[in-house]
This record gives sequence, structure tokens and C-alpha cells, in this order.
Amino acid sequence: MMDSLPLLVAATLNSGTVLAFAALGLLINERAGIVNLGAEGIMLVAAVAGFATVVHTGSSWLGFAAGALAGAALAAAFGVLVIWLNTNQYATGLALSLFGVGFSAFVGIRYTQEKLGERPNFEIPGLADVPFLGPALFRQHPMVYVAIALTAAIAWFLYRSRSGLVLRAVGESPESAHALGYPVRRIRLAAVLFGGALCGISGAYISTVYTPLWVEGMIAGKGWIALALTTFATWRPARVLLGAYLFGGVTMLQFHLQGEGVQVPSQFLTMLPYLATIVVLVLISRNASFIRINMPASIGKPFFPG
Amino acid sequence: MTRISKRSFVHLAGWGAVAALAAVAGCSKKEETTTTTTTAAPASAPVAAASAAPPAASAPLKVAFAYVGPVGDGGWTFAHDNARKAVEKHFGDKVETSFVEKVPEAADAERVFRDMAGQGNKLIFGTTFGYMEPMLKVAADLKDVKFEHATGYKQADNMRTYDSRTYEGAYMAGVIAGGMTKTNTLGVVGSIPIPEVIRNINSFTMGAQSVNPKVKTKVVWVNEWFNPPKETEAAQSLINGGADVLMQNTDSSAVLQTAGKAGKYAFGWDSDMTAYAPNAHLASSIINWAPYYINAVQDALDGTWKGGSGSWWGVKEGAIDIVSISDKVPADLKAKVDSVKAGLKDGTFVIWKGPITSNEGKEVLAAGTNADDKFLGGVNFFVKGVEGKVPGGEKK
Repeated sequence: MMDSLPLLVAATLNSGTVLAFAALGLLINERAGIVNLGAEGIMLVAAVAGFATVVHTGSSWLGFAAGALAGAALAAAFGVLVIWLNTNQYATGLALSLFGVGFSAFVGIRYTQEKLGERPNFEIPGLADVPFLGPALFRQHPMVYVAIALTAAIAWFLYRSRSGLVLRAVGESPESAHALGYPVRRIRLAAVLFGGALCGISGAYISTVYTPLWVEGMIAGKGWIALALTTFATWRPARVLLGAYLFGGVTMLQFHLQGEGVQVPSQFLTMLPYLATIVVLVLISRNASFIRINMPASIGKPFFPG
Repeated sequence: MTRISKRSFVHLAGWGAVAALAAVAGCSKKEETTTTTTTAAPASAPVAAASAAPPAASAPLKVAFAYVGPVGDGGWTFAHDNARKAVEKHFGDKVETSFVEKVPEAADAERVFRDMAGQGNKLIFGTTFGYMEPMLKVAADLKDVKFEHATGYKQADNMRTYDSRTYEGAYMAGVIAGGMTKTNTLGVVGSIPIPEVIRNINSFTMGAQSVNPKVKTKVVWVNEWFNPPKETEAAQSLINGGADVLMQNTDSSAVLQTAGKAGKYAFGWDSDMTAYAPNAHLASSIINWAPYYINAVQDALDGTWKGGSGSWWGVKEGAIDIVSISDKVPADLKAKVDSVKAGLKDGTFVIWKGPITSNEGKEVLAAGTNADDKFLGGVNFFVKGVEGKVPGGEKK
């Protein structure tokens, strides 16, 4: 058990990173007052875009770029629909999700038999050989560390920067922000594009690093877990990251326990993230002031200037 | 002013709704095309086709295949589709084959079988266990269509079953695994705890024990046939637990690729998977469905096809093989695999031969007896050397 513990930590970080990118993107979305239920579809399209790019160019960094671009492009379509045409955010998001499932399967047909081949492992020289901590923390894909840095950057942006304050104002009260002369719709679109790009990076991470292959539907619900995660974390970046590791850890622990001979029904653990989210929702809903403090007030509501 | 902007909002919202609906419609339309025509086969169509039988000698026999996964899975479904292509090649214009991929193991399968019959297919193959009940139901209604069901156990006058002895491949892979492991710990990613899969895990372990009695096997279940991220996570946790040679009874190459990333060994399953991770790949235990499919189509063409029976082909009939053995495997181990293969071919070697004890210490097969197919079909215990319990295995 002691020698497998650092490896369990490493696997948890890896699994959590997938969720962290998407959930951080959705957090920015929701802080600006937009809920994008299309995350699953965006991640699927980005996964095939990223995979195809790596197949053709061999560069995993271009793969992430392609994933981010594909994610932002889909998010742009979503943004125009819900921000300018004021369509219902939930219905449009669901439509985008369903569209993404079908569209990614369609464009991905020829990539289902492609292989990326064996890829080198990453490690931080020196630190990787520290006992226990090395294998646990310092032999990860660079994106794992990028996710941690990104969380810090987003926390700084939201709470310490002027533009972050404006973004939160748009999410709390778009009317007031509008009255002060801020371009509410353009700010919301920027948040949606950023969110789409991060979901895209998460999708590309899954198809090029986490499980380096493309098969349709391979995101397998991780987009929905990321959506649940933003609520679970009560819209705070650091809690999003911790929640991502927690949900990632539950997934890994389930298999780890099985390997150790402990019988836990895997179906039960599959439903845990959603159950936890509902519990958190119930808990925060019991306290009206808690909701007021944490939940962006205009979330899900359309904004009509003038 | 407000009135106008409100009206223009309604207008715009309408457009948005149209766009959203178009997106949904576009998606559902796509689903329809992948499962061929949905509503184009009214109930009367098969009857009309039936009255037109028997077909003229020149008309090709129409044969249809229902697959559970995408043909590009590189594993189970890929192997079936290769065999379908072999049938086309073998019979030329005497047959006309078609397939529907990703048919769910649920009520949808029944609709797909009816569609296939409606399109004039006279011989229909269903390639996964979960099609058993839907196929049985359709077979009862459409007496003039011949049904072949893979890995099931229920039969009818116009429905028979076929399977391959995948456990023979698992045993041969086990021989290699037992010789290659340094930690004496093997790992298996199991799909769903049904006898077929449990039998493979046991056979893999017995193969390993035949060359290395110290071997133990860890098992992790993912409860799905095909979910690459889950297969990856399961494989990773086996590696974390000390396993250095992995096998999987799932349908994708994810386990092999995970082993490759971690610098461990693994096997290809169902199809040759060398290309997915050349350094980690020790060998591929493959199923060749072509001999059976060619035989079944020949029966149908000759009019000698009979339902109500089942067949179970293995190494002997050319349905199971172990291929692309890596250069990393030492020659004496290869020779051992070859002798097992030769023994299975001429019937002198039996894998499931007593005494066999379960991992709870119970003797499940007495010394000197060979397991019959009924015994093999009901394996619901782990043999000695496999760790853990079969999920739900305590009820007998």
C-alpha cells in the first residue's frame, strides 16, 4: 500500500486535471452570468480536433491549440445565440451538447483507427527522484502544472484585478454594469469564448494525453461532472481545483480498491460526484445569504440592454 | 421604443429557437442514418419478402451483421468486420453483406434486426451477448430468416449460437505473461463479470502458473465493454498496485497503450494490436471469425443450415490464435506457447483439467476429469492465484 500511494496521488492529479480545465472555464462563464450546458459536446469536438491535429502534425502543443480553437468556435456560436438572440441558455446548451456528440462522431470516423504511438514520459529533473514526492508530484504531464498555475491566475483575475471586478459585476447585475457603460454583451461573449477554449483544452488533453486515442463519445460524461463541479465548488477557483482532484481521486480510488481486493460497487462511485453536488446545492440553498454571497445573481438569465 | 425592442426580441428569440431545433434535428437525423433506415420497414415488408422466397439462383444471399461497437474499435467488432470482409471475398457475388455498427444491447437491437430482415437479409449475425433476447423475439416472428447469435445460450428453430474459445488465447497469453513478469503480479482489466470473462481471467492465470507457480493476478472491473478512459484508469491502478504484465477483456487498445506509457507489458485482445504500442505489446490473442462465418454462409447457400444448435470453435478450428509474439519473449517461452498451441490443435492438451481449486480453497474440478462445455459455461469462481472475489459470485 505504501509504495502504491504516491502512484495513486499521481493518477489522481492526472485525472483531476481533465476536470479542472473544463470546470475553470465554466466557472468564468458562470461568473459572467452564462451557464453553458454544452460542455460535453464542446469537449468531444475539441477532443477530435486535438487528436486529428496531433496525428497530422505530430505536435502535442498544436493539438492543445486546435482543441482550444475548436472549443472557442463552438462557444462563439453558443454565445451569439444566448447573448444577442437571447435564446434560453439551458435549451441552447443542451442542443450544443447533443450536436457535439453527433458532430464529433461524424468528423472523427476516419480517426478511429489512428494511433499516436508511444509517447515519452515527462518528469522534472532532480525533483522526480525525491522519494515519495517524486513519483507522486513531479512526473506529470506539464499541463497538470499549467492547471494549478491557471487556477491561481484566475483567482487573481477575479478578486484582484479591475477587469475581474467588471466581469463579476456583469454576472451579478448586468443592468448596473450596463448603466456604468460597460459593454455587457461583449464581456459575456469574451467569458464564453474563454470558457469554450478551456473546455477545448480539457477535451484535447483527454484524447491526446489521458487516453491517447479517438473513439466517439470518449469524454464519457466528464463534461457533465465539470458542470456539477462549479456548483459543488460554489464558484470559487481554488475550490474548483480541489473538487477536481477530489472527484478525480474518487474515480481512481474505486479501481485501486478493487485491485486491492476490496469490493466497492463501481456503479455507486460513478454516481458519487453528482450526489455530492446535489448535497452541496441543498446545503447552500438552505441559507439565503450564503447563496447571495456565492452564486452569481444573474446566472442563466438573459440580459436586454435599453 | 420599448414595444419595438420587445417585438424584435420575440422575433430574434424565435430565430434562436429555430437554430437550436435545427441543431437537435441535425443530430437526431445523424443517429438515424447510422442505424440505417428507422421507419422504412413497415411490418408488412418482411412478410412480402417472405412470400417471394425461394430466391432465384442468381440472386445473391443477403447477409447482415449487427455490431455492438464501432468497426474502428481495433478489437472485438473490428475482428467481426474483418471476417465479414473475408466472407465477401470468399463468395464473391454469391453474397451481399451489410452491417450496422453500434447497435445498443437493448430494445433498439430488436428494431435493427427487423429492419435487416425487412431489407431482404436472409442470414443475420448478432455479435454480442446482449442481443440474445431481442434476437430470440424477432426469430420467433420471422421464421424464414436465419439468425446466428454470438456468445449466447438460447436457441430456436431458426436461430443458432456460435462462440469462440477465447480462453485458449488467454491461456497462451498467460504462459507468456508468467515468463515475463518480474513482480510476479499480473493485472487484468475485466469488462463485465460473466462466465466468459471470468473463464478468461482464470485461464490466463493458469497459463501463467504453468511456467511460474508464484504468479498472482489482480482484477479490476470496469463494468463496460468499451470505455477507453475508464479502461485507462483501471489499467493505471493495476500498474500502481504492482502489476507489470496486463491483459484486458475489454474492447479497446487503451489498456495496452497505458502499459506502454508506464513502461510495462500488455497484450492485444481480439485483434492484432501491435501497432498501438509496439514496445509494450507481448502478443495478441486474436479471434478469427472467418472460418465460422464462411461455414455458416455455405450452409445457408447449400440449404443445409439448421437452427437449434450451438458451436464453440477454438484453436482446433482455426478460430483462436496467438500472433505477433514480441522479440522480447525468449525462445524457450515461445517454444512452450507453440507446444500448447499444437496440443490444443490435435486435442492432446486440455486447459481445464482437474484438479482445479478455487481461490477460496474449494476443489471445483476433481483430479483426472476434464471440464465439459457445460462446466466451462458456468464458471463463476476465481481459481487459485487470482485475488479478490467475483462480484456477485457468492450467490450460487
